[in-house]
Amino acid sequence: MEPLLKVTGLKKHFPIKKGLLQRQTGAVKAVDGIDFEVLPGETLGVVGESGCGKSTMGRLITRLLEPTGGTVEFQGKDISHLGVSGMRPFRRDIQMIFQDPYGSLNPRHTVGTIVSAPFKLQGVEPEGGVKKEVQRLLGLVGLNPEHYNRYPHEFSGGQRQRIGIARALALKPKLVVADEPVSALDVSIQAQVVNLLDDLQQELGLTYVIIAHDLSVIRHVSDRIAVMYLGKIVELADRKSLYENPMHPYTRALMSAVPIPDPRRRGAKSDRILLTGDVPSPIAPPPGCRFNTRCWKATDVCRTEEPPLVELRPGQRVACHHPENAESLTIPGARESLEITTPQPASPKAEAPAEAKAEAPSGPDPAAAEDDAPKA
Amino acid sequence: MTDKLTKTGAAVGEPVATGSAPSDAFLDVRDLKIHFPTDDGLVKSVDGLSFQLEKGKTLGIVGESGSGKSVTSLGIMGLHTVGQYGRQKAKISGEIWLNGRELLSADPDEVRRMRGRDMAMIFQDPLSAMHPYYTVGNQIVEAYRVHHDVDKKTARKRAVELLDRVGIPEPAKRFDNYPHEFSGGMRQRAMIAMALVNNPALLIADEPTTALDVTVQAQILDLMRDLQKEFGSAVVIITHDLGVVAELADDILVMYGGRCVERGPAESVFYEPQHPYTWGLLGSMPRIDREQTERLIPVKGNPPSLINIPSGCAFNPRCPYADVPKGGITRTRRPELAPAGDRHFSACHMPQEERTRIWTEEIAPKL
Repeated sequence: MEPLLKVTGLKKHFPIKKGLLQRQTGAVKAVDGIDFEVLPGETLGVVGESGCGKSTMGRLITRLLEPTGGTVEFQGKDISHLGVSGMRPFRRDIQMIFQDPYGSLNPRHTVGTIVSAPFKLQGVEPEGGVKKEVQRLLGLVGLNPEHYNRYPHEFSGGQRQRIGIARALALKPKLVVADEPVSALDVSIQAQVVNLLDDLQQELGLTYVIIAHDLSVIRHVSDRIAVMYLGKIVELADRKSLYENPMHPYTRALMSAVPIPDPRRRGAKSDRILLTGDVPSPIAPPPGCRFNTRCWKATDVCRTEEPPLVELRPGQRVACHHPENAESLTIPGARESLEITTPQPASPKAEAPAEAKAEAPSGPDPAAAEDDAPKA
Repeated sequence: MTDKLTKTGAAVGEPVATGSAPSDAFLDVRDLKIHFPTDDGLVKSVDGLSFQLEKGKTLGIVGESGSGKSVTSLGIMGLHTVGQYGRQKAKISGEIWLNGRELLSADPDEVRRMRGRDMAMIFQDPLSAMHPYYTVGNQIVEAYRVHHDVDKKTARKRAVELLDRVGIPEPAKRFDNYPHEFSGGMRQRAMIAMALVNNPALLIADEPTTALDVTVQAQILDLMRDLQKEFGSAVVIITHDLGVVAELADDILVMYGGRCVERGPAESVFYEPQHPYTWGLLGSMPRIDREQTERLIPVKGNPPSLINIPSGCAFNPRCPYADVPKGGITRTRRPELAPAGDRHFSACHMPQEERTRIWTEEIAPKL
């Protein structure tokens, strides 16, 4: 199937400027080379901790930001550097739902104005008139169509999020990017909005990219999931494989850290992986694998060579030198490619070249190998 | 009328009914009411809350925003400005017994001396709870020297010791850092050190991990569990996250509209919940430990306004079973907290057999 959205080598570096001349002294590498595809009709979940670049990624694919490098292709057309007018026809097809239902609605506009803004901007005259269409949209997201003339402050958080959703759906988009759509809402309201997104996808055949930090929500809504860490995708897999058989150590640690709402499982703490320390700064990410500073499996090769994102199991791409649960690799050639690129510590014959390579710049802090570690 | 009902409710869990006698429980909150007069009307943030907590145990208070859980914690700490007139001034009634002493009627100076030493608090957002102009170490030293007559050197030693205990690397060096130089997780660790510096017998943690990432949250929860074992304090943990309470709490109290709707041992609240609101919370929560359930079962509607709490059972407009008890009783009479199992209480008009049946036959299989 032709992907709806194809992202290749996407990068966004925010310059840090200092001094009188505002010379650039560095860059925050918020998104640093990611590849993925979104197929029509599916939901891609993007999960990661704060600062991993997931929101920046969302703003890049909706082209609210211009990428520093790489391409974003929507239905086969490269949109990565289009200007305002070039983007306009695509804006109809790509819409966004924002996290904060308080900040994303203009308090001085009525709901009718807010939801009808897309029609005005795109110069579209919907069938039966703007007002009728807005009322239909309000009904669609479960709001009372009579509330057309009310202001955002008259609504609760969950209802405001519904207004945001109605606005995103006004132009019948193909792709909806939702950045933390439910994290500002209470648990009971969260479920209402999650179900609404679900129903709308079924009804309208939408494709979603849902960005969230909550692994339980992501598990519930996604077909495929990308796990991000420090501007990179470390694992990209379908839901079942990812949750039942995570292969990247970070994915495993992340999932084991989620508190399980089950007091009887409290004794089973032994399988929890406690990561030490904090996420390093995206200004100077560690060389090699970015997770090596917190990874319990890190070896010398991890500190020097960046692992590529390779498919180790059907539908499961992992960027790790020492993946978890790697015993049952089923893709022919995956194991070989893994062993070539990433010497397993267990097999001595593969270990030798790694140590030879790692001899020169060892230790976690050589600035030389900072960014583009050679890919094997 | 309601007063009487809640009094009886409190008496169910605790044989003390007279109201003024100190109880054996380490922390005993009886019929606590915290109301705020505003221009729009009286906000009944906490409206008749009672619970007990033993030393070395953890109570988890769960509820949505606006259910009164944070107001309760500030009330126990005596941090509301009290008065009859003016805005922002809370009207507080009821009793809070801590270690045999009643706090609400006590002299404010005495409560101030107890605050920090006997009871301490961990706030949700450590960046705003700490003073940005003072080093982290200084703030811990200050908390210590308020209650202990020691010189700066001893206090510094104690602070470094605690920073080390809560897992801050190079504590002696980090002592002189400002809060903004710490990461979110480290700030929360420093907050915990500050709260524990006087070895308080009661620790209240208000959403201690909500602002943190999940891997850091796991570290902090782990730390809190260890520290409780070590210090043996009673802990009240306030959160909206059922996962966090399941991890830490011995007992769980579910709040809705300023009242307790269900209270009991963690295991029975999770496995035999006796209130439709608790069912709603469990049903609307996506689970990471299970294969995708077809659909979440949300609670319809929105949380009530605390100015206009629905008459009868506060949950009745959102309750799918509001019409099960006959005669519209759910809309006219407030249900009292009644026993629903071993140390388990629930405030619902439905008969217990009916609730157990609904839970086992209709709700539990869908979760």
